[in-house]
Amino acid sequence: MNQDVPQGVNDEHPEERGTPIGRRVFLGTLALGAAGVVAAPPLQRGLEAFLGGAADKDPTGLTGLLPNGGGFRYYSVASSVPRKNADSYRLTVDGLVDRPTTYTLDDLKALPQTRMVRDVQCVTGWRVPDTPFEGVRLSRILDAARVRPTAKAIRFTCFDGTYTESLTLAQARRADVLVALRMQDKDLGHSHGGPVRLYVAPMYFYKSAKWLSGITVTDEVRPGYWEKRGYDVDAWVGRSNGRDDAPTS
Amino acid sequence: MPLRADTAPATADVRRFTPLQRWIHRTTAALMGICIITAACLYVPQLAELVGRRALVVTLHQWSGLALPVPVLAGLASRAFRADLGRLNRFGPHDRTWLRAALHRDKRHASRPAAKFNAGQKLYASWIAGATLVMLATGLIMWFTHLTPLLWRTSATFVHDWLALTIGIVLAGHIGMALADPESRRGMRTGRVSREWADREHPLWRQ
Repeated sequence: MNQDVPQGVNDEHPEERGTPIGRRVFLGTLALGAAGVVAAPPLQRGLEAFLGGAADKDPTGLTGLLPNGGGFRYYSVASSVPRKNADSYRLTVDGLVDRPTTYTLDDLKALPQTRMVRDVQCVTGWRVPDTPFEGVRLSRILDAARVRPTAKAIRFTCFDGTYTESLTLAQARRADVLVALRMQDKDLGHSHGGPVRLYVAPMYFYKSAKWLSGITVTDEVRPGYWEKRGYDVDAWVGRSNGRDDAPTS
Repeated sequence: MPLRADTAPATADVRRFTPLQRWIHRTTAALMGICIITAACLYVPQLAELVGRRALVVTLHQWSGLALPVPVLAGLASRAFRADLGRLNRFGPHDRTWLRAALHRDKRHASRPAAKFNAGQKLYASWIAGATLVMLATGLIMWFTHLTPLLWRTSATFVHDWLALTIGIVLAGHIGMALADPESRRGMRTGRVSREWADREHPLWRQ
């Protein structure tokens, strides 16, 4: 026997097995997890306030990787997304219209621009307050294409080759729905869906399709990418997807 | 001439884990690895941008997470595995000595008495088991969004995110300690460790 070692309880022998601390740690972790869920709302508010302040002073950007550090998150459903610029970008408008049109980026920039400042609300919970978007009202583009009377809805397609979205014609004609060229007073970058994305201010952000390349007028609503995977088609913030967030528009 | 047991060479091996136990560790590690890699691809913006394919990555993450407790649950059929769970559960006075030495960064073997598992391994095993189940429960709330009220879901996301970060750090420590001890790794890889290592690192084990 090793004489250097202080004599302890030998856990090989059942009659001297000692205290079941392992079980207590295990159950304690479970209890702490449940308590965390219960205490999450105030904890989350506190942390977001603290991390939001810290992120402003953090030159490394590491706070951006922490949970709920504020700001946008990048979601893409495609394997890779091609980059488009002023030369290669095109937006086609077709379907039930009398004047199918193709716009270049410069064409869109030449149209009257509308700027709106609203909160962005993602269906997964994050919210970015007071975000300026700027672009052409979708209703203007639809009017220019002369939508036929049989039209009921719009289908949006994207140059990532995968993502799709939909709106009813009435939703698409709202004044707070834009074909956006700028966000946060900068030209839309690639990771935010640039050079052109849809911006549907009153709805959850999955409706605001990134990398917009096609507007097709249809006779019925065709559910988009996430909508075929269970998300609500009419995605009003606070009145859909089982959520009750404060409305954004 | 009588055989003398105490002349056995110091390099002789002792059995530490059964093949089944090693398979439980291996499959659990693989599933945990998939969970972590897919989580990183969903969460770190640069990786999300690089990998994309969000629906596929989400599916992989969900199913590997759901399968994560299965190897351990299946292992409960093994007597050797249940015996080791019992050892991990029970703390004796020597574990208190070990923890005190660990807190004071006292690395002398004499101050770190341990049986088959030391107090650090016992705490890690109990905590990671609990943490995995918390991740599973909060993950299920996020997955089946129509089963629970909204507030639960946002709260579950909060716990899932922060606990994921904690698990990542603790797991890095677990892997780091394994990297620092080749003989301990050999124990998990082949099931056998040298007698000399066992007597040095786990002096109370084979008494």
